[in-house]
Amino acid sequence: MFAAENGLKGDPRLQAISNAIRVVPHFPKQGIMFQDITTLLLDHKAFKHTVDIFVERYKDMDISVVAGVEARGFMFGPSIALAIGAKFVPLRKPKKLPGEVIAEAYELEYGRDCLEMHVGAVEAGERAIVIDDLVATGGTLSAAIRLLERVGAQVVECGCVIGLREVKGQLRLNGKPLYILVEPREIDGC
Amino acid sequence: MSAYRDKDPRIHGIQSKIRVVPNFPKPGIMFQDITTLLLDPKAFKDTVDLFVERYKGKNISVVAGIEARGFIFGPPIALEIGAKFVPLRKPKKLPGRVISEEYELEYGRDCLEMHLGAVEPGEQALVVDDLIATGGTLCAAMKLLERVGADVVECACVIELPDLKGRERLNGKPLYVLLESH
Repeated sequence: MFAAENGLKGDPRLQAISNAIRVVPHFPKQGIMFQDITTLLLDHKAFKHTVDIFVERYKDMDISVVAGVEARGFMFGPSIALAIGAKFVPLRKPKKLPGEVIAEAYELEYGRDCLEMHVGAVEAGERAIVIDDLVATGGTLSAAIRLLERVGAQVVECGCVIGLREVKGQLRLNGKPLYILVEPREIDGC
Repeated sequence: MSAYRDKDPRIHGIQSKIRVVPNFPKPGIMFQDITTLLLDPKAFKDTVDLFVERYKGKNISVVAGIEARGFIFGPPIALEIGAKFVPLRKPKKLPGRVISEEYELEYGRDCLEMHLGAVEPGEQALVVDDLIATGGTLCAAMKLLERVGADVVECACVIELPDLKGRERLNGKPLYVLLESH
């Protein structure tokens, strides 16, 4: 669900966030209009709004785990975790985490990739959210959800700053609610 | 400079949460794993607070964080002190125009990139990472910022491995760490 349709209609913070995102055409390849959040991170007010909106949403939901997907999920997840008093759990590409891990493979457009989580980071019964900068096909987020569920956690929601068209009509991912702040920017609207 | 030596009461709690993983990524290396620190909300908050207390109100407008663990500590610090956060990334990750700085690894070379336009001349900057070992990566990070005319005020890390003498590679720039590991 989009924040604007779910309680935040007309909230000026959403416009500020959207305005701060830069579109980079043809990255990483032709035809892709890449939604660059690094410009959002340069705008302190808009970056703070982003974190605040997620914190307001999750702070009274008894969330004890914020999982963030490498690497842009690391830019948003920890601040949310700190504000709501939850642990932060990084979900990483293979061979980055030093301890014992569980791994979940997922499909890419061409080929497969893998997400890992430390064994013991999350306990059965914990309520978790997954944070990333953007959801496109939902493949990575689905893998993240599966990792958390495999250790018995309850994934309450996935939160993303940007949600691409493919997910617009989709309220849920693997049956989990999806909460998105803004739609992608168009190049002409920058 | 080290908070450990200053004996702030929060340091002990932070240190106790860091896990050492032997022989990662290769035999002989005792890897300092900060992910266990992130699992303790109080200790993680104390970590960020120690940096925020040091840098708030000091006119720092840029916090640059080194991929990927610098992305975990840098943004919370940036948000609290009112600075922008600038990710310094491995090659080909940043989508816009970048400048690159190469640096030496134990075997071979690597490269750090920063978006053009992210930092303006005259800005006061911090560089943040989880750990300083040989100082090669931090040195490359500082160079990127200096090349665009920023003034690197200090490098800030959770952990220092003093035996690797990384401090000496920082061209005289100050280094502030919370903990040392020998």
